[in-house]
Amino acid sequence: MTVPPQETALATREAPRAAVLARLSPRHLAIGGAIIIALLLPLLTTSFVTFQLTLVMIYGLAILGLNLLTGFNGQFSLGHSAFYGIGAYTAAILMDQADLAYYWTLPCSGMLCFAVGFLFGLPALRLQGLYLALATFALATAMPQILKFHPLEPLTGGVQGIAILKPDPPPGVPLSADQWLYYFTLAVLLVMFACAANLVKSRTGRAIMAIRDHPLAAAAMGINTALYKTLTFGVSALYTGVAGALGAIAVQFVAPDSFTFLLSVSLLVGLVIGGVASIPGSLVGGLFVLFVPNIAESVSRGLAGAVYGVILLLVIYVMPSGAAGLARLLAAKFSSIRTLHIEGKSV
Amino acid sequence: MMLEVSGLRAFYGQSQALHGLDFTLAEGSIVTLLGANGAGKTTTLRALCGMVRMSGEIRFDGKPIAGRATEDIVRLGIAHVPEARGTFVRMTVEENLRLGAMTRRNRGAITADLNQVYAEFPRLRERRQQQAGTLSGGEQQMLAVGRALMLRPRLMLLDEPSFGLAPLVVEELFENLRRLNRERGVGMLIVEQNAALALDLAEHAYLLETGHIVRAGPAQEIGKDEAVRRSYLGY
Amino acid sequence: MELLLQQLMAGLATGAIYAAMALAVVMIYQAIDHLNFAQGEMAMFSTFLAWQMIQWGQPYWVAFVAAVVLSFLGGVAIERVLFKPIHNAPILSQLVAFIALYGILNSSAGEIWDFTIKTFPTPFGSAPLFGQNLISTHQAGMIGVTLAMLGLLYLFFRGSRLGLAMRAAAANPDSARLVGIRVGWMLALGWGMSAAVGAVAGMLIAPVVFLEPNMMLGVLLYGFAGAVLGGLSSPGGAVAGGFAVGVIENLAGTFIPYVGRELKLTIALVLIVAVLMVRPSGVFGRAVVSRV
Repeated sequence: MTVPPQETALATREAPRAAVLARLSPRHLAIGGAIIIALLLPLLTTSFVTFQLTLVMIYGLAILGLNLLTGFNGQFSLGHSAFYGIGAYTAAILMDQADLAYYWTLPCSGMLCFAVGFLFGLPALRLQGLYLALATFALATAMPQILKFHPLEPLTGGVQGIAILKPDPPPGVPLSADQWLYYFTLAVLLVMFACAANLVKSRTGRAIMAIRDHPLAAAAMGINTALYKTLTFGVSALYTGVAGALGAIAVQFVAPDSFTFLLSVSLLVGLVIGGVASIPGSLVGGLFVLFVPNIAESVSRGLAGAVYGVILLLVIYVMPSGAAGLARLLAAKFSSIRTLHIEGKSV
Repeated sequence: MMLEVSGLRAFYGQSQALHGLDFTLAEGSIVTLLGANGAGKTTTLRALCGMVRMSGEIRFDGKPIAGRATEDIVRLGIAHVPEARGTFVRMTVEENLRLGAMTRRNRGAITADLNQVYAEFPRLRERRQQQAGTLSGGEQQMLAVGRALMLRPRLMLLDEPSFGLAPLVVEELFENLRRLNRERGVGMLIVEQNAALALDLAEHAYLLETGHIVRAGPAQEIGKDEAVRRSYLGY
Repeated sequence: MELLLQQLMAGLATGAIYAAMALAVVMIYQAIDHLNFAQGEMAMFSTFLAWQMIQWGQPYWVAFVAAVVLSFLGGVAIERVLFKPIHNAPILSQLVAFIALYGILNSSAGEIWDFTIKTFPTPFGSAPLFGQNLISTHQAGMIGVTLAMLGLLYLFFRGSRLGLAMRAAAANPDSARLVGIRVGWMLALGWGMSAAVGAVAGMLIAPVVFLEPNMMLGVLLYGFAGAVLGGLSSPGGAVAGGFAVGVIENLAGTFIPYVGRELKLTIALVLIVAVLMVRPSGVFGRAVVSRV
């Protein structure tokens, strides 16, 4: 398509501006803005809301873990409540019985969950789709039972669980415990989200997604599908496990019945609402999973479940591909309007 | 005219595959749509059956059918034999054939037609209780044609019937199509890459290039056309 | 030895319920290609409807038939109204819709009929069968009804035109449309039938586990497990799987120490997963071999 002369002149005049703007894409601006808001929030709101926002980030991180496995690699998991639980209990046990500082519990939980996830991923290689779902479901139902298992009680505290103390901010830092935990979680979140984003954009990420989209073709291209699938299982479990550890620290308590299959369902709902295979979507999912059940209950105590169900359905109708899908749709519409505008056509 | 198409456009998402086709098909005649890969041949057939997003006018027996659901178009007597045959692989040959008659009521007539299909394609009768997925390519093609016939169609749409078949098998298939057209008066719109065979069978031909009809006329003339010969017939 | 035999029979009896549930699960799976997590709640709701009619003075059989018919219609309605709009949405989104349906049904039932347990009558009585102490007449009735349903469904799908059309619509919707089958309505029909089978399962098990809104969760899970064990492509396999799960659950509960009610499910699942390791598509399932 030939460009008329005056439009070429306009383009060259706009070139220097465009070059700077090209480096600062709307995406970067949005992320920067969000981080700034996130940094300011605890200073502007109550302790309880800060605590809730911390939980949103924790759930978002847990959902990101599930996203890596199910969204990016296509392996369906109903068992992530187990990894969350393992992470949480690891943190609690290490803090309670080994007097380990709270920040060291995160790498410990992460590595343990990676190992468990990787080991679970090995036999899972043989299972597809719903059969894999059932296997992960078995894992999810087994977890509370294992945690309540009589012979393990000295370690796990049995049905009563374990109580731990919320960490204090380091000396000299003028923040409350809730605010400190918020910033600590935010830091962990940013680092782990950045790592996930890098992973997804890398060659490894492309291989992982290739396996999801067309396993046969991926294998034919020389991708070691077995290795990538089990590694992804491990990494996914790591993320959710770290989230679990943070969760234990935030809530100051772990008990077997907090880590049932229902948690797995919540994570799945959060994954879908936020947007499958969308990293920022995971946070939206966390937001949904924390607040919407409370909203449903405030509408009607007796019919809370029904209200929640109706909300879920409405959200799915409006955005079948989650919040990320809606964002993509709007962005596409917006950019097509911009393109038509630049071409001088009327919208 | 049994089939009249004007201004047919078709879209896959944002991209446009057909850019305004006009063609017709007379009752009981055979028309072929030629073109290379990606020309839009399959899209044309799918548009006729309401399987892709389209705009334009399609009239079957004078009645407009554009925009109607596939199931309803089929019920008007249009049988579509798709690319890759669309066999129900886990069902038996007989079940596949009976499915072709799903929209008909008269049990006796259906059974009679079934026997006639077996008479025309004896190999299907041999394999009537076999899983359709175990049949060879040529047999599956015959099954697909047989299933289309079970509809007692007035018009058959055939999408690359020669695809993936050995030359001798293709010859036999086209002989069958010729005979069916002669004996039953079924109209046929055949989409083909194998120009020589198609031009031999058809009465009229259209040449499709990237969603446009670039040549139209009696099959014999198209077959003698210099450009067509060089590009599609190889001599 | 008598204990083993008794537990075996008891296992088969509870297994009959899981088998019925598994049948409903597989039927819907074959029609829509995924599992309906709300299946159990639909069955529970249907059973409550029957109970309500009995409370209003209707004889058992009238309530039974009415509940089955209403369930069928309800299943069709749910598909056409709730799930048709998201037909083309990604699978995971549809999954969330099932979860939503679960919440709606469970919560509504609790609100309408509250959570206290109620008794539900059985037409079979609870006397020991043939005077032997192996199983009761009700348990025998459960097994009988489940097998009868399986038989009827088999005849329907293999022997009738409508059954053929439904199988075609599920197997290859595009080709089914090309032979004039109204695929959307076949889907709805599949839902309706599945809901009806679920209703029968619910009304059979309510006398045993007592009627309350959460009664079906365990049954559904065992039903899923049975369906997966048997192979999701085989209704007969699903029924066999259901019976097997019932037996495994009962024997595990009786003969393995430390195993309480909740651990039984885990053990059953672990055993099933072990089986899936050896036969990844279920015992009777056929691996779908597709040419590239």
